[in-house]
Amino acid sequence: MTTLSILWFVLIFVLIIGYFALDGFDLGTGVLYPFLGKNERSKKIMMRAIGPVWDGNEVWLLTAGGALFAAFAPAYATSFSGFYLAIMLVLMGLIVRAVAIGFGGHGESSRLCDGAFFVGSLLPALLFGVAVGNVIAGVPLNANGDYIGTFFALLTPFALACGVLGLVHMMLQGACWLAAKAPEGDPLQVQAKNLRKPLALISLVMFLICTVLFKMTVVPNSSVGMDMTIPAIIAAVAYLASLLYIAFVSGGKDFLFPVIAGIGCAALCIVWAATSFPYFIPASNDPTLSITIASAAGSDLTLTVMTIIAAIGVPLVLLYHVLVYRAFAGRVTDEDLHEGY
Amino acid sequence: MEALLDATFLARIQFAATCIFHYMFVPLSVGFGMVLAILFTKAYRSKDPKDESLAKFWLKLFTGTFAVGVASGITMEFQFGTNWADYARFVGDIFGAPLAAEALLAFFLESVFLGVLLFGAKKVSPKFYLASAWLVWLGSCLSALWIIIANSWMQTPAGYEVVATAAGTKAVLTDFFAAALNYTTLPRYFHTIVALLLMGALVAIAIGAYYKLKKRDVHAGDSLLRIGLVTGVVLAVVMLPAAHAQAVAVCENQPSKLAAMEGQWEDGPSDLSLFGWVDDENGVTYSLGIPGGTSFLATFDFSAEYQGLNSIPDEDQPDSINLIFQTYHLMVICYGLIWLVLLLGFLVYRGKLDTKKWALKFLQFGWLWPILAIQVGWMTAEFGRQPWIVWGELRTVDAASAAVDPVSLIITLALFAVVYTTIYVIWAKSLLKDVKKGPEALAPVADDKNEEEEVRA
Repeated sequence: MTTLSILWFVLIFVLIIGYFALDGFDLGTGVLYPFLGKNERSKKIMMRAIGPVWDGNEVWLLTAGGALFAAFAPAYATSFSGFYLAIMLVLMGLIVRAVAIGFGGHGESSRLCDGAFFVGSLLPALLFGVAVGNVIAGVPLNANGDYIGTFFALLTPFALACGVLGLVHMMLQGACWLAAKAPEGDPLQVQAKNLRKPLALISLVMFLICTVLFKMTVVPNSSVGMDMTIPAIIAAVAYLASLLYIAFVSGGKDFLFPVIAGIGCAALCIVWAATSFPYFIPASNDPTLSITIASAAGSDLTLTVMTIIAAIGVPLVLLYHVLVYRAFAGRVTDEDLHEGY
Repeated sequence: MEALLDATFLARIQFAATCIFHYMFVPLSVGFGMVLAILFTKAYRSKDPKDESLAKFWLKLFTGTFAVGVASGITMEFQFGTNWADYARFVGDIFGAPLAAEALLAFFLESVFLGVLLFGAKKVSPKFYLASAWLVWLGSCLSALWIIIANSWMQTPAGYEVVATAAGTKAVLTDFFAAALNYTTLPRYFHTIVALLLMGALVAIAIGAYYKLKKRDVHAGDSLLRIGLVTGVVLAVVMLPAAHAQAVAVCENQPSKLAAMEGQWEDGPSDLSLFGWVDDENGVTYSLGIPGGTSFLATFDFSAEYQGLNSIPDEDQPDSINLIFQTYHLMVICYGLIWLVLLLGFLVYRGKLDTKKWALKFLQFGWLWPILAIQVGWMTAEFGRQPWIVWGELRTVDAASAAVDPVSLIITLALFAVVYTTIYVIWAKSLLKDVKKGPEALAPVADDKNEEEEVRA
């Protein structure tokens, strides 16, 4: 394991955190859409709340995928081909969702668009967690690094619990975002605000269930002796603290909550990274077949080139985000509802 | 039936379907982006409400197209891992970097500033707003560059060495600039980007002609026609050296592709056919054209010799030679038709043909030629690359995912077929609806009313 490859393990997780922390709230908004979007006005506010930023948020996924491909191609190849059906469903979800957002505002067949927006948000929100659960627990691999199990073998209790945790947490991010973006006192804003506490508590319970299942089903069966590490425990405490803050601190400013939910999301990803390190995907049948940082890392030259690209690109990307999130800071106004798609 | 259970064949079909689908939207994004930047500049300078509503109208067309483009682009990137895991393992050290760079250095630019264009008219200064339009277009052009870098490396790999690993061989980067700017990157980028921009020009002409035909939205119709014609003529001229550079790149680097493009069986000078038919089975080509014409175009010498298919081992030949021949020649014919559109467009604009319904109709459907040329041109490039996925290094049959069974591929292929078709229909309907509504309906005052009516309906 070279220093460069460890740096890139960290950077991949930075990109993954960027994706889940940002796209999490707009995917969550999509999952909440049928429940909170009771009338045209509420729907418009929800769409407008994510409208200027969702597309940029999604690019984090593209970046994380490209960076994983570049820096750790075997990890990319094994996970994407191994979770083939799940990934395909995620992709289809993202496509129909993009179309629903892009064309929903055109007035026609809006029930179809509403449905597509919901399903297209739900599939990724749920399935990403299932994939992560499997990546943490490990899957059977052959010498080429190909997954050799069946699709249904991926649906373990731990993986499913991770899926639900991811889903609920994104719904929480969505509720926090809407409570901060919808006009103050609007029925939608009040509802979203009221959802924060129950969703935070459910996330908390799901996190505890995942932890128990990890200890009971993953640790005893792990071929590589996986267990919770000290950094993972610290991140887990940070996660719990952020959820407790959302659930029990009532006086905070609305715009703080999406940030705290985002920090919670980052903490969750760090729990994952710290538990998995130095593995990407442990092989459950034979530890020597595992995809690790050392076995998957690209050449030093490629990682150096990637570091240069990232050193140029990441500050630019952060600058764009600051510019745009500042331009659209504050709540959606009635006047805003006439702009856009 | 056997082919239906062949995972590589199915993976190819799936990837091709995704590419073709994605590539309906890419040319429109890049081409529309150019027109978008021009229209926003015009509106910024003139402050004329008519120009402003035209810019807003064009933005509407751009947006839906772009959203589908992004989503189908993610699918493409992920399919390298899902469908072509062994390819990903082989090329990851080289191929991944341009994809990551594309996302970081180009895609963010497009996506983030499109958000500003869509929602920021009243939130940011007019200068920032105008700059956003140019940044969106710049982002789309940069995006194309990184993808062409990646694709060109598959065609003419450079700057690498192949090393053995526990799980087989893989390519390892030895020189980044040699890999990124390999033998064909620049000519292929030049050729591709000019084609994508031509698409934008011909759509502008088509919409302009439609309004002329319907005698409505006069200002918008004239503006679009003018912008489309000026950019179109410039681009169609620039296309000549661009296409020439690409042809030379193929002649020098990919003899079997060149042989298939002209259906050349024996070693010798390469002809320049106008049209013809290749009988793959019997190794005969029936065609009409200029003997040695391609040799002349590539080297200014009619007798320059190129390898024929007969001297290339069967296992190194592409699998569908007639298809490569036909797609290539169709692309060239489309280029001719593009000039016809531009010529008629010029006459219409000068008032010589502007009352002739047939001429306006021809312009209205002029966008068909660039998109067809772009699609079949890429088919020539990619079928012509076969049987290699990385030229000379890795065969397509050795590249597919072993973990993915044919049944999963068939299920997802069916799903993709339904989803892609539905989206295509929704997108096309919505685009046509916006065109029918027209830019004038987007004038500031009427806008609020329309939206409220829509909500009530």
